Amino acid sequence: MTNTLLHPTRRGLLMAGGAGLLTAALPGYVGAQAAPIKIGFQLHRTGIGASYGRWYERTAQAALKLINDGGGIAGRPVEILFEDDGTDPKRGPEVVDKLTQSDGSDVVMGTLFSNVVIASAPRAGELKVPYLVCSEGYHVASGILNRWTMQPGITDVRSQITAMAPWVSANLGKKVAMIFPDFAFGHDHRDFFTAAMAAQGGEVIAQIAIPPTETSFTRYLPQIPAETEVLYHVMVGPAVLTFVKELGEFYGTGAKPQFFGFIDSLEAVDTATPGLEFLEGSHFWEAHNRVKPADAGEHEDAYRAAVGVDDNGASVSDAADIATYSHMFSTWETLFAIKAGMEASGYTGPADRQKFVEAMEAMTDLPYGIERPQGAKVFNGKTHQVFGTQNISQVQGGKLVRVHQTSMADGAYGDAVDYTTMAF
Amino acid sequence: MAFGPFLLLALMEGLVTAAVLALAAAGLSLVFGVMRVVNVAHGEFYMLGAILAWVVASVVPGPPAVGFVAALVIAPVLVGALAAAADGLILKRLHYDPEATIVATIGLLYMIQQATLSLYGPNANPVPAPFEWRIQLPWFGYSGYKLFVVLAAGVVLLALWIFMRRTKAGLIMRATQVDRTTARSFGINVDLVYMGTFALGAGLAALAGVLIVPIQQAQYLMGGDPLLLSFIVVIIGGLGSLRGTLIAALVIGLSDGTISMFFTPTLAKIIATLLVAMVLVFRPQGLFGARA
Repeated sequence: MTNTLLHPTRRGLLMAGGAGLLTAALPGYVGAQAAPIKIGFQLHRTGIGASYGRWYERTAQAALKLINDGGGIAGRPVEILFEDDGTDPKRGPEVVDKLTQSDGSDVVMGTLFSNVVIASAPRAGELKVPYLVCSEGYHVASGILNRWTMQPGITDVRSQITAMAPWVSANLGKKVAMIFPDFAFGHDHRDFFTAAMAAQGGEVIAQIAIPPTETSFTRYLPQIPAETEVLYHVMVGPAVLTFVKELGEFYGTGAKPQFFGFIDSLEAVDTATPGLEFLEGSHFWEAHNRVKPADAGEHEDAYRAAVGVDDNGASVSDAADIATYSHMFSTWETLFAIKAGMEASGYTGPADRQKFVEAMEAMTDLPYGIERPQGAKVFNGKTHQVFGTQNISQVQGGKLVRVHQTSMADGAYGDAVDYTTMAF
Repeated sequence: MAFGPFLLLALMEGLVTAAVLALAAAGLSLVFGVMRVVNVAHGEFYMLGAILAWVVASVVPGPPAVGFVAALVIAPVLVGALAAAADGLILKRLHYDPEATIVATIGLLYMIQQATLSLYGPNANPVPAPFEWRIQLPWFGYSGYKLFVVLAAGVVLLALWIFMRRTKAGLIMRATQVDRTTARSFGINVDLVYMGTFALGAGLAALAGVLIVPIQQAQYLMGGDPLLLSFIVVIIGGLGSLRGTLIAALVIGLSDGTISMFFTPTLAKIIATLLVAMVLVFRPQGLFGARA
């Protein structure tokens, strides 16, 4: 008996070689026609960030459709691979890993919660995969992450806060008590608002940190000093509604300070919910106005229609499903930034990832357009952070009405890092 | 805020915690006392009660109070039925072996939690309180509904005590608790008692879930905290002792309320856990538990 595997015939070798060549060449040929660009998306589908995840997914899908309808990226179709991170910092790096190594994503888009982003970025750096986050935190521009991590779709929290402080101290009061979630994102609020108020001649007289998984808040409220003029609140997670309700119960009909909140305390929550009447007249930071302003930009309607949000900021299919409107635009704008970066760098595949990052770093002015429905922005290639304008809204008749818009200069601060000098 | 009002608010918050905890822990304690089953899935029954309250409240038309009253009846009954089924399908087949049932109820925990995630979704949904009434004290306002929760929990616990002490069904349950073999030889259908007990325990947890949901919101992960605290209460109070459970719930709830206000919630948890360790070392049967 002859073993053809160990002693192959010449014809057998030739045929096998030919077949091998064919199989190797075939995908290359087909790929040149239509291999899609794969964008991995680390998503808070479950866990405490689920309301954000729901809208991040919808917004990204809407932007994806617009990009593909317009010919994709450099003529190639685009697909997004969503992967749930459970809003869990332990799972974050695993998701980046899976999206990159198993699913073969060209780049990975990141997620909102800063603890997940901070945990995941080092893994993206090790894998040398561009990691584009939509998280607001100051962790990108602070320099604690790496050259592969960028935030091109949303202004960071330090800039947002810096832009708010002058208005708060001029219009609401000088003595501020702060309530914030006790993790990186909340600490950014604590540190930069305290500094920004001091620069305005104001003072933060109490800093009340609340664990992000907390479900009951009344117990923290007596720590608010009686002489407080402005209560600055920012809360995240599934219990935000409980937080604002308990705040209302606590003050009741008695004397109360001015409230200034980051809309995070009310994202995905209807401002007309029973129990929130006390918010009437209070102010909120909004990146992107939930209730369509009368003087909204020309692309606002097209954007709302694409993501399925009505003029009040609710889902067109369910009025009780309120959008996370001040955050979700970041996924839309990040996708368009990826498109611009890939097209500028002549990106063809994972070997060009470094060129892609360099092309992103070269970006500066990002004008208002359907690609950036929240507004014009400037990207700082050194700090990997984008900057835009912010809004202050007041609750009037149960609705958020824009009363002030900051300029980009209001939120400016000095660079803390130059990522372009770091090695890849 | 001055010390007096501060303490008052702390005690009020503590009472609410204690009330919900007492209900949830009473169910856990009952199941352990009668069946010798450590039900790790107990928190999920609590969560299911809250989720079902949301479902009922969104289906039932009319003012919030109607939906809420309907949920108070429907949710515990449905959760009780589910627990009875789990008893017949799982626990009974394991012959109520203590180790096996722990593992089985851990599995049940994940099944209920993930099924809820699949069917209900990851979102936290609010349920309106049956009434919007706010008490305005000179120093702070307080939710009238929270005080109603304390009252309702008290009424339910009193009813449970009367049921256990004054009805024949309660007598049979107590008999089974004292000696299962002798109870059986006296013609008591122990299987039926076990099924009923497991359903009753789950129903109590579900009732606690319905009561809490207008204060918090219905979410699939909400079963974790009450499970831990219920275990703490039951261990301190003594497994199987209703009186011990109530007293331990008051101690834990009030200390949690005051310590988390005057210091930090983390310290409150540390002290509660330390208390458990002390009880386990010096009085393993709990404050009011019978020696095993």
